[in-house]
Order: sequence, then structure tokens, then C-alpha cells
Amino acid sequence: MKQHQWGMIALGLVVFVILITFPFWSGKGKTSPQPTLSFDTPAIAQLQEKRCVEDTSFMRDNHMKILGTWRDEAVREGKRFYTARNGRVFEKSLSGTCLKCHSNKQQFCDRCHNYVGVKPTCFSCHSIPEEVKK
Amino acid sequence: MTTSRREFLKIAGVSTLSLIAPAILCRPACSQEKVIIPGDSSLKTKSSGQALTAKRWAMAVTPSKCPTGCTACITACHGAHNVPDFGNRKDEVKWIWQEPFAAAFPNEKHAYLGESFQKLRLPVFCNHCTNPSCVRVCPTKATFQRPDGIVMMDYHRCVGCRLCMAACPYGARSMNYRDPQPFIAKRNPDFPTRTKGVVEKCNFCEERLVKGILPACVTACKEKALIFGDAENPQSELRLLLGKHFNLRRRAHLGTGPQIYYII
Amino acid sequence: MLEKSLKGSCGYWIWIIFLLAVTTLGFFFYLQQLDYGLGVTGMSRDVSWGLYIAQFTFLVGIAASAVMLVLPYYLHDYKAFGKITVLGEFLAVAAVIMCVLFIFVDLGQPTRVMNVLLHPSPTSILFWDMIVLSGYLLINIVTGWIILSCNRQEVPPPRWIKPLIYLSIPWAISIHTVTAFIYAGLPGRSFWLTAIMAPRFLASAFASGPALLIIFCMILKRYGRFDAGPKAIQALATIVAYALTASIFFVLMELFTAFYSQIPEHGHHFQYLFAGLAGHHNLVPWMWTSAVLAFAALGILTIPRIRRNDGWLAVACVAVFVSLWIEKGLGLVITGFIPSPLEAITEYVPTGAEIAITLGIWAVGFLILTLLYKIFVSVRKDIEGTNDRPVAQLKS
Repeated sequence: MKQHQWGMIALGLVVFVILITFPFWSGKGKTSPQPTLSFDTPAIAQLQEKRCVEDTSFMRDNHMKILGTWRDEAVREGKRFYTARNGRVFEKSLSGTCLKCHSNKQQFCDRCHNYVGVKPTCFSCHSIPEEVKK
Repeated sequence: MTTSRREFLKIAGVSTLSLIAPAILCRPACSQEKVIIPGDSSLKTKSSGQALTAKRWAMAVTPSKCPTGCTACITACHGAHNVPDFGNRKDEVKWIWQEPFAAAFPNEKHAYLGESFQKLRLPVFCNHCTNPSCVRVCPTKATFQRPDGIVMMDYHRCVGCRLCMAACPYGARSMNYRDPQPFIAKRNPDFPTRTKGVVEKCNFCEERLVKGILPACVTACKEKALIFGDAENPQSELRLLLGKHFNLRRRAHLGTGPQIYYII
Repeated sequence: MLEKSLKGSCGYWIWIIFLLAVTTLGFFFYLQQLDYGLGVTGMSRDVSWGLYIAQFTFLVGIAASAVMLVLPYYLHDYKAFGKITVLGEFLAVAAVIMCVLFIFVDLGQPTRVMNVLLHPSPTSILFWDMIVLSGYLLINIVTGWIILSCNRQEVPPPRWIKPLIYLSIPWAISIHTVTAFIYAGLPGRSFWLTAIMAPRFLASAFASGPALLIIFCMILKRYGRFDAGPKAIQALATIVAYALTASIFFVLMELFTAFYSQIPEHGHHFQYLFAGLAGHHNLVPWMWTSAVLAFAALGILTIPRIRRNDGWLAVACVAVFVSLWIEKGLGLVITGFIPSPLEAITEYVPTGAEIAITLGIWAVGFLILTLLYKIFVSVRKDIEGTNDRPVAQLKS
């Protein structure tokens, strides 16, 4: 193989490495502040014990999996009630259960979803009770 | 060079594949993974105690009771389920609508049919067949049959291939050819809307049954032209009605086992 | 071998750039469809499948027709096809990729396409169609590529390739049978509810596919300096003639059953196709064009003296291709929905966006085919070159 071809290959590799590491060096040093989630809704204010369906850290990690499981069980198996660890029973419903307390979707759901860059499609069909009332 | 370019590419290809393969192969397993939620090992389902249940839901329709021009059932259903009105036939989405006798029962029509029959406008909707062809053809099980006979749509799963629309002999299914939300006149917050690209149809108001309420069309009909009940319970109002009056099912010869009975 | 596709004449590059341009245009319109929904097409509540699914159905046939080269060569040792079986396999590769793309653009929720694998439903024919199509794609890529590389190195193909080639024969039949079953098993669509659907699909496939191959061989002879040989071309022409006869025969059988039995729900669809129904006759001129072309082609192909003339043969092959494209790629799918189960007649006219996306996918197919055929022709040229000169040009 001729010499200049090695040059081209090396150049190609360099370009490849630069492009693939782009997110790392372009974002270096930049920090975005972690969002503060607002629990300031009338429904939550009325709660005696400020507790979600399960405890906070579990919900933070697994709410999407819980919602996915709820969705399948409620729609496909007709199992519409969820018994939490401490025995409380909830209806498996995004609009009817979750958003009743977290009615401030923009300050609660959206802030974190935007921060981590996920775009759940839930809300394209399931309405936010507050928004519909407006 | 000891390794030819060909060999190198082969090795590179195989190693790339071996990196991707687990991700692809493991996906089905991961997606079915159930969250193990503490204290929920039994997954017990608490019934609200008031839900309406049946072995097989069915409906009896007496179209002769329908007053001319009445669309109460349609308005109630489409309002309750956020059915959009696009205002054109092409994109049309409908769960329940009216058809003349000749369209609903093409095999029973003839030139000397009484005038009362020819003027008849029959409410038509999903037949919730006992042997639904739409369920059979669905490639993702997005449409499925519940043990109580209701043929359901899982809008989360539908890929929008429209094979069910080709398979339904009743034209009961509609495709969301575009985003329905701007075309919903008054949004009912208690029922989800649909997104573009999925197929939808009548669900026998399963969301109301679970709360112990009869379907929207049935409660909206002041003439009692629509009677909803358990086809497998001989004492149900539905069965008593069917026992007394001659009735027809649409295109029953196709073997789909439609569960809407028309008392003519 | 891939690098062979990077060296070509000016005409070659103009053709490639043209195909890329059409693809880009189609892609642009597909983005529009993604944004707006399938409402950009002419499909409606009544006619819920249109050009996309029709093209898919037609192209499954083109893909399956590779078997018409493989079977005579490998099962009957028909030597004349030895040089061109790879052409058939590459055509199948391009056609199956087009099929997959047409299904994909037809989905209302393309991002959920993996649901077909995540929630497999063995009762669904579409699920099986996906399996047989992807299997067929794999078989043809592997066999075509391995055979060509072995030809290039002038070594006999590995022994394991033979069982794969034998497998490809029933597999080719299966892809079109399963595709026919998508239609033939639907209650209430009397136009499709016929046991002859699969045989009819296969007959039209074995006519249109080899006809297309003959056209390609003629193009390669003129522009690619590759000669398939008159014996192979004539054998292909005979296959087209028989398959076309069977195809026409099957359609006539359908017409007989529909019109002699006089069962309205069977007759209405054919009436819509060939005469128009209640003042709706969008497809009538198309179907008569198809019928006239089919019989004209049959005339040319059955008279040996005319068939042996390259010019007439080319005309016949184009006629067969166009005729069967109209029959399957236009008439068969759309007419199943007209009239609807509620006896309503909604006509279907594809929109500009829909046609652009369709052309875009055809361009992708032709692009893949061009690249594969370019590789094939270059390898062939090298093989013939090495026979003259001992020093191969492989190393540059």
C-alpha cells in the first residue's frame, strides 16, 4: 500500500474520533443545575403524610416502569387496582391517580424530563386534568 | 501484512455484531420484565365491588324505536370517547353511526321491502364478535378479546398497519390518518384521546362498565332501543328480549359470531 | 468486492446521482408524512390500503421470481443459467428491501415497528410474512455474495451453500404464498377470498420477475458489456410465456366464477375493475390497458419466430411488466376495498406525496440493484480478463 493512503486513513480515524467524542468535549465544564421539582399543589398540600404510591426514591427510579406495568395490566388484563407496599390501594391511572396530586405537570414532570432529555409520549393522549379545565 | 483486508473486515463485522446482538436479542426479555414492587407479590386485584361483569357482553338493537333524525347515542358515545370530527369522509373516525337497512344487511334487501324498512336507519358499531377476525390478524396483539367478550384496542401497542380494518367485515374500525386532538370539539378529561397513526373503534364502554355504569349509547337512548347485557345469562333483560323477538345479526354467515342483535 | 461499485463511467455516476436525488425527494415527503400522519396519502377509512401495500405485494412477486433461475440451474443442471443466477438473487435482494420499506412507510406508528417482534402473534399472517421475508433476504444476500466471490477467486463455492440454495427454492414460493394469505384469509373481502390467490400471485410473479430480468440482461449487454447469452434469454422468455399464460388463465377463472355464479358480492369488484360501478370507473382504463398488454405480450412470446427477435422480446417483456404491475400493483389491492363491506363506493387516488414516497423507494431499490449489478459486471469482467492475461488487475 502506498504511503499517502496511510495518511488518509489516519486522517479519517482522527475525524472519526473527534466526531464520536463530540458530546464529551463540547459539554465539558458546562453544568446544568439539577431541576427542583415542585410539590406545591393543592392536593399534595392537603395530604397528611407526604407520600407517593411508593416511597420517593423508588418512585424516582421506577415510575416509568410502574406506569408501563400499570398500563398493560389495566388495559389488557383488566386489573385496575394497585396495592402498594404499605397496603394502600390505588387505581392504576395516570390522569386519575398520578396527576390528581401532581397536577403541576410543568413544574413536576416536565422539568425533570427536560433535564434528562426524555420525551415520554404519555401526555399526547392522556390529558392533564388542569389543562383541560382551562 | 499477515491479515488481509478481507479478513480484517470479517473480524470487525463479527465483533460489531457480537456487540449489538445481545442488545437486540435481550430486548424482548427486558421489555416484558415486570417491576417487582415491594409488597405486591400477590398482584391481587381489588374489585371496586360495583363493576358490571358478564360472561359475554352483547347488545340488542331495536331500530324501529329510533325516532327519525335522533343521534343521541352517537353524540353521547363520541363525546364520551373524544372521537374527533374531521369534517370529511376520507379521514373520518367513528365508533357508532347510522346506516340504511340495505347497507347493514345487504343480503336481506330486496325491491319489495316495506317502506318502513327502507326508511330505517340502523345504529351500527363494532360487533364484538365471538370469533373476531381483527384479533386473529393483528401482528402485535394490539387488538385482543377479553374473557367477557369485549374486543379491545391497546392504543399503546398499535403500529397502524390497518390489517384489522381489512379484516373487519363490518367497517367498524377507523384509522387516525392525522392528529385527532385539534378536531375534538369538547375534550372529556376522563378518557384518553388517541394519537395519529393508530386504529380505533367502539370498546363497549369498558371504562364505564368497570365503574358500574352502562355504555354511553345505552344510557343516552331514551327510547330504550339499545339493550345491553350478558348473552350467556338466560335471565338477563337482553336474553329475555331476544327470546321474544325475531332478530338478525349482520353478516353472520361469515362465522365471526357478531354480538349485536338487531330486532327487526 | 464492494469497491467495484465505486469505479464507473460518467453515465453510471449520473444514474446514481439521479437515483439519489429521487430518493432524497421521497425522503423529504416521508418526513412530511411522519409529521402529518398517513393523511397525506389518498387512503381513507374505506380504502385503507393503497399504493404502498400494492407495491409491496407486487415486489414480493419480483423477489420470489429469482427461483425461476435457481431452480432450473441447481435442480435440473440447466447450464445456461449458471452465469445469471446471481443476477436473480441480487434482484431478489433489492426487491425484498423495497418490500420492507413499503411496509414501513405504510405504518401509522413506524417507531413502534419492533412491537411485531416484542409481541409475536403467530395467528397473524403479517407476522409470518415478516419472518419469511427477512429469511429470504438473508438467504439471497448470502448465496448471491458467496457465489460471486467464489467465481471471482475461481474456486468452487463452499459445500454448505448448496443446502441453502435448495432451501431458497421452497422459501421463494413461501414468501409469495404467505403474502397471498394476508389477503385470501379475510372474511368479508370477497374479492380476495379465493383459494386461487396464492397460485395467481405465483403465476404473475414468475412472469413479471423473469421479464424484468430479461430487460436487465439486455441493458447489461448494451451498457455493461455483460452478455447473458441468447440461450439463457430465450429460456427466460419461455418461462415468462408459460407463467403469463397461467396468470391470464387464473384471472379468467376468477372472472368465470364471479360472473357465472352471479353472486353480487363477488361480481361487484370485477365489475368495478373492468366496467365501473355506479358511475365510478377510475381503474377501468388501467385494467383494459393491462389486459390488452397481457394478450399482446402473450402473442409475441408464444410465436417462436417473433420471440427470438430481441426487439420484439424487449417490447413483450416491458408489456408483461407493465401489465402485471397494473394488475397487482394497482388493481388487486385497491379493488378489494371497493365496494366497502357496507356497499359504499369510495374511490382512491394516490396523492403527490404518496407517489413521491413510492418513487423514492423504487429509487432505493434501483440504487441497491445498480450497485449489486455493477459489482457483478466488474467481477465478471475481471474473470474474463484473467483468462486473457495472467496478471490480474485486482491489486491496484
